[in-house]
Amino acid sequence: MIAMDKSDISFFKDGLRLDGRRADQLRPIRIEVGVLARADGSCYIEMGGNKVIAAVYGPREVHPRHLQEVTRAIVRYRYNMASFSVEERKRPGPDRRSYELSKVSREALEPVILTSYFPRSVIDVFVEVLQADAGTRTAGINAAAVALADAGIPMRSMISSCAAGKVADTIVLDPMKEEDNFGQADLPIAMTPGGDITLMQMDGGLSPDEFHQAVEMAMKGARDIYEMQRTALVEKYGRLEAPTIEVSACE
Amino acid sequence: MSSVISEIRKDFIYNLLIKGERVDGRAFDQYREISIERDVIRKAEGSALVKLGSSQVLVGVKMQPGEPFPDTPNRGVIITNAELVPLASPSFEPGPPNEVGIELARVVDRGVRESKAVDLEALCIVPGKQVWIIFIDVHILDDCGNILDAASLGAIAALLSTRVPASKFGLGEDYMLPVNDIPVATTAIEFSDVLMFDPGVDEESIANTKLTVITTAKGEICGMQKSGKGLLKPEQIYRIVDIACEKAREIREKFLEA
Repeated sequence: MIAMDKSDISFFKDGLRLDGRRADQLRPIRIEVGVLARADGSCYIEMGGNKVIAAVYGPREVHPRHLQEVTRAIVRYRYNMASFSVEERKRPGPDRRSYELSKVSREALEPVILTSYFPRSVIDVFVEVLQADAGTRTAGINAAAVALADAGIPMRSMISSCAAGKVADTIVLDPMKEEDNFGQADLPIAMTPGGDITLMQMDGGLSPDEFHQAVEMAMKGARDIYEMQRTALVEKYGRLEAPTIEVSACE
Repeated sequence: MSSVISEIRKDFIYNLLIKGERVDGRAFDQYREISIERDVIRKAEGSALVKLGSSQVLVGVKMQPGEPFPDTPNRGVIITNAELVPLASPSFEPGPPNEVGIELARVVDRGVRESKAVDLEALCIVPGKQVWIIFIDVHILDDCGNILDAASLGAIAALLSTRVPASKFGLGEDYMLPVNDIPVATTAIEFSDVLMFDPGVDEESIANTKLTVITTAKGEICGMQKSGKGLLKPEQIYRIVDIACEKAREIREKFLEA
């Protein structure tokens, strides 16, 4: 790809960002619950140009068996990018980046999952990035948390994830591709609605004051996303009626 | 044919079948509802999301200049790959493609290649040095049966929406990829002498044999694949081919020619 010089880009025009957002504004988000028939729970999310789908299978038997834990379920999280999701075709299969993202994303969700309810089993979370546009890990975690709820996995709370960044010495919420590639810092977080942080990563350079400001901003973004996750779930499950008399199997 | 199905369910499907019925009430040669949405992935040069009943397959096409094969210095290259990601089915596992995934990718590739849908010679940039490489990536999202037909539909639909990204590589203006034919794959399964088209996931798992027939717009056969450990009689094959040609024509007219 053609390399671009940092100085070639001006990140703000008339106080607004390249895509017309204010510094503290999220990109448009769309959440759909239960989009896959085979999975136990699933969720499709669009965050700006990101298109991500998450599926949950389980609790189910652990294979290979030596991974199973006697006192609790294990959680596996697989973050995977489709070859066509990025500008230059990505070779299929996991790479070092996806291993790391899978690990931290799993650890972002695990604290709220009541794993002790399902000893000797596994809860598999599969996240497929279909189109990437900066912020795929946060989109993946948001989708995965909704998919877990859709699968009926008992959880202490929801998890919502959002990033803040620094471009042209300004702290911005939910950085887009250009801001992520040529910006000065990126700080993705995930948290419970109560404000407990379960994912925290940072790269770039921030002063302690800026760091404070970025965390506050990302937390506010995550809170807004939580409301959208909640609405999406209530929209699907609020309509369902409780089973009345009997549920018959296939005739 | 890999998924787990209870003996009771198997019995149920079998008893229906004797009465001439299918689980979802379809006729034996009837396809589930098909929908094709093109240009769903902005980062790809071409893409299509195919829904075949509840099965969902996403196909993305990426193009980039590269070296030709030494034995075909004037021809572009097609590389087809399929990812049966574990998100799509409880029986899919993470890891490199297994034989099912590789077979699927190769049959999709066969349809595109043998129908000469893409004029590979037109994809030559500098003979012997530089040609266009087309990557067809099949991403299975939800396996509710017959993902092969869905993938094959997705591949041609994605190619039909592919824009050659010439300007990105300083090779002139972008243009639509010329597509000369529309191959359509149709798959039938055989189960105790009954033939069923577009099998659902349960039907697939009880089937002994599966036969895929790929036909061109002219009604010629350009690719076939039998899979599964059962037997097929020549008369059964001829019957499948006859119906396959008919079904493929219907699908092609309704969804791909416009």
